[in-house]
Amino acid sequence: MRQQRDTLKNPQHELRVFRIRALMALVVVLLLTGLLGGRLFYLQVVQHEMYSTRSEKNRVRVEPIPPTRGLIYDRNGKLLAENRPTYNLTLVRERVDDLDDTLSLLVDILELPEDKIEAFRERSRQRQRPFQPALLMSDLTEEQIARLAVNRHRLPGVEVEAQLLRYYPDAKLMSHVLGYVGRINSEELKSLDSGNYAATHFIGKTGVERQYEKQLHGEAGLRKVETNALGRALRELDHTDPKPGKDLTLTLDKPLQKHAVELLDGRRGAIVAIAPQTGGILAMASVPGFDSNQFVTGIDVASYQALREDPNLPLFNRATRGNYPAGSTIKPFMAFAGLREGVITPSETIYDPGYYQLPNDDRRYRNWLRWGHGRVDLERALEVSNNTYFYSLAHDLGIDRIHDNLARFGFGQRTAYDVYGQSAALLPSREWKRERFGEPWYPGETLSVGIGQGYLQISPLQLATATAVLANRGDWVQPRLAAEVGDEPVPVDLPDTPADIELTHDRWWEVIISGMEAVMSGNEGTARRSGVGLEYRMAGKSGTAQVFSLGKNEEYNAEELKERLRDHALFTAFAPVEDPQIAVSVIVENAGGGSSHAAGLARSMTDFWLLERNAGKPREAAGAATESPSSEQGDAQ
Amino acid sequence: MSRVDLPMGGRDAMRSPLSGMSRRRSIWERIHLDPWLLGLLLVLMLAGLGVLYSAGGQSLDLVIGQAWRFGVALVVMVVVAQFSPATLYRWALPAYLVGVLMLVAVEVMGDMGMGAQRWLVIPGVIRFQPSEMMKLAMPLVVSAWLCRHPLPPRLRELVVCVALVGVPVMLIAGQPDLGTSLLVATSAVFVILLAGLSWRIICALTLMMAAALPLLWMNMHDYQRQRVLTLLNPQSDPLGAGWNIIQSTTALGSGGLWGKGWLQGTQSQLEFLPERHTDFIVAVLGEEFGLVGMLVFLLLYLLIVCRGLWLASTAQETFGRLLAGSIILTFFIYVFVNIGMVSGILPVVGVPLPLVSFGGTSSVTLLAGFGILMAIHSHRRLLPR
Repeated sequence: MRQQRDTLKNPQHELRVFRIRALMALVVVLLLTGLLGGRLFYLQVVQHEMYSTRSEKNRVRVEPIPPTRGLIYDRNGKLLAENRPTYNLTLVRERVDDLDDTLSLLVDILELPEDKIEAFRERSRQRQRPFQPALLMSDLTEEQIARLAVNRHRLPGVEVEAQLLRYYPDAKLMSHVLGYVGRINSEELKSLDSGNYAATHFIGKTGVERQYEKQLHGEAGLRKVETNALGRALRELDHTDPKPGKDLTLTLDKPLQKHAVELLDGRRGAIVAIAPQTGGILAMASVPGFDSNQFVTGIDVASYQALREDPNLPLFNRATRGNYPAGSTIKPFMAFAGLREGVITPSETIYDPGYYQLPNDDRRYRNWLRWGHGRVDLERALEVSNNTYFYSLAHDLGIDRIHDNLARFGFGQRTAYDVYGQSAALLPSREWKRERFGEPWYPGETLSVGIGQGYLQISPLQLATATAVLANRGDWVQPRLAAEVGDEPVPVDLPDTPADIELTHDRWWEVIISGMEAVMSGNEGTARRSGVGLEYRMAGKSGTAQVFSLGKNEEYNAEELKERLRDHALFTAFAPVEDPQIAVSVIVENAGGGSSHAAGLARSMTDFWLLERNAGKPREAAGAATESPSSEQGDAQ
Repeated sequence: MSRVDLPMGGRDAMRSPLSGMSRRRSIWERIHLDPWLLGLLLVLMLAGLGVLYSAGGQSLDLVIGQAWRFGVALVVMVVVAQFSPATLYRWALPAYLVGVLMLVAVEVMGDMGMGAQRWLVIPGVIRFQPSEMMKLAMPLVVSAWLCRHPLPPRLRELVVCVALVGVPVMLIAGQPDLGTSLLVATSAVFVILLAGLSWRIICALTLMMAAALPLLWMNMHDYQRQRVLTLLNPQSDPLGAGWNIIQSTTALGSGGLWGKGWLQGTQSQLEFLPERHTDFIVAVLGEEFGLVGMLVFLLLYLLIVCRGLWLASTAQETFGRLLAGSIILTFFIYVFVNIGMVSGILPVVGVPLPLVSFGGTSSVTLLAGFGILMAIHSHRRLLPR
């Protein structure tokens, strides 16, 4: 019989097997039904008494109370994000007889466009429990409240509810760095802790508001209320206060932030300023910005579309997410790599005829000065931003050592402690290129990286961070936005801080830095015009990032290029040299050369911080323990 | 003998059911319906409408709407019952492929942000849930596949089955609709078990499944995990996911032996119960009619299952037998999962109570399934004894 089955179907056997299996299934069905019956018996007979009591008590309803969102202050205790009392329109679906009628009546009364009906309908669904009021509209005007009050009898289930609404007094200045809160959407609703957020309508969407959502939100409270037969609350029986969210004190300095935004006004760009000794981010501006308050009350589609489609990308946080070629601002870090790897010494020189050639290659990699700088050592190479020197250095180092040493400064990584949405940008390596393009690394590409072009990309935040580490002579402090969460200070030394960087001789740091100082104050310094009248010692480096790549041996003519194809202007600096209080990176998109179009902005930032904000007062505010001579000079001005 | 028992070879014979020497056919056999099953279903639906009236806040509109849906579903059932098993056999693969394609379409459109992910919407024309169609297409295609080979199925055939089941189940689970995907998979598992899969393989597979459980857990959405955790301790989250279970067990428990009486349930009428006219309608039933009412409904369901299993085991073709058996057992699983969920022994998975919960699509699918069952039974060729 068994053998027969292998070749031919055996209907009798199949029927028999089926009947046996069906009988077994029936037994299982009976057992499972018995299980259900048993469970029901347990609930309805054995535990009947208990549930009966509970059911009586179920006239008592538990309602969640939203916690008050934590406030956000700048380093001087100036309020950056507060909670303003506003009036919201809410709807309890169970109490509405005819949703369609009610919604169209509402739209009539409030004189809103017809298409709001659908939006209201969608919002009326966004809730977690029966009898939970759904938020239809926030920030009602006095007139709207009055209109609703008059028509109250026609609108059962519709209520005007007082609520605290997020408000940013300096929305335009802080739009990117603070971020904003917005209505919780259905996607977020799924992943949220439904108990804690039961009464919360808003959640941090980007920036600090998002990064510190957990701390800012707090814990929901409970209110037990007795209801009548229709479920309307009669009186409160019990009350657990919500735990308000923690207040945040940021390291940001509002006047400095304002100064940065004003410097960039009318252009596209970013400025990041960091206090090197504490890692505190003093300013982080991305221009153009937007009005974050619009997002709190619910931005209308047309305005949102306009923001999204604006070619100047106002919603884009250039400071943290913008990726730019570093241009010559990478040179101090290349100098570090050369010194550390023993490829160059401070006193060694090269001769610059105006170009560099790879062995066995005709192509001329040009210095920006056509006839060359002649003999240059490291300091002069930085001062005049000599390309030939750094081509040669890059060639001698090779991409592997360049990669490893630039990585020590945080390039290609996300090193900030609490900056939401920071970009890792791109620090290229042999492996990266093989993975990305399936191609080997070519020597010419190493030269490009050597002067901050080619595949290398950095963000303004990374550039400021690396400059701060350089200012600290290799000591790492993670950049951060929060100084205190609740009453807890954020420690300077964080567990994930990258390792401190060391050079063979400590004085070699001073060589790099004095090269950068010469950029500002030397006879040939590229930014000497921005260095005129400095009252403190400032170190800087200009950079010009090519957006538009030139053909071989072609020349660059700014006039002929369209504005969008013009170079990005970069500058990175720190001051004072002997006791760094501020490291600042500046990027102005399509402005042209960094020495002429970005250096002045960086100088203005350091002047403002050292001479105006911290003039004549102890350096605690700037994050330093000791007073430096520069502040006294500031008084003299 | 062997000629007529092969589903493929038997096609000619099936086309002319009266070609055999026949005894007189009853009126029920002429219209291809089973009076017992039909009667039980009608009783269940009528009782269901009564419960719905109370659960839906005594809204007559709701009940009339549901009655209309039942009407449509019954018409579908009668129509489906007219097809011969041979026709169903031929349609199995196309139906399955169309179902999978539509699931993919839903996936793609969901990605493009066009509406909810479970529905296929041709604006203004139709709103359709492809996973609903899979509930029938799945047992169809697996039965059709298995009966082409000698039974019990060997490992080779089983591998094909796993592929057939896996694709749509993954797609549905990704929607994400874990409940429906498990039910669709279950219907296929029933076909395989009824086909006589050897106990050795069953044991091995069960062990493998148990081993795969942690993997499933890791791939679940947070809200799905929350449901399982809440089942273990509903009090841990009284405002969130635990709300449903606490309210439904309270409603059931307070009903007691005889219940509070029709329209008298405080939990239901005071609107503490969520989804009380859809997935949680059993809580209303249990509160207002007590344990006795619940047992009456359980008995009704049990009788339907017994009749269904009887129809299945008297089918002449293996294809029909497997299909009918799977459909009726899956029907029972709906009942078990729904009542188990409401009474707090299973996680909340969003399965309606068959033919009692409010909702159109699911009743159409269910009654179409019963149509297939009746078709299989009533298209038997009447052979001389």
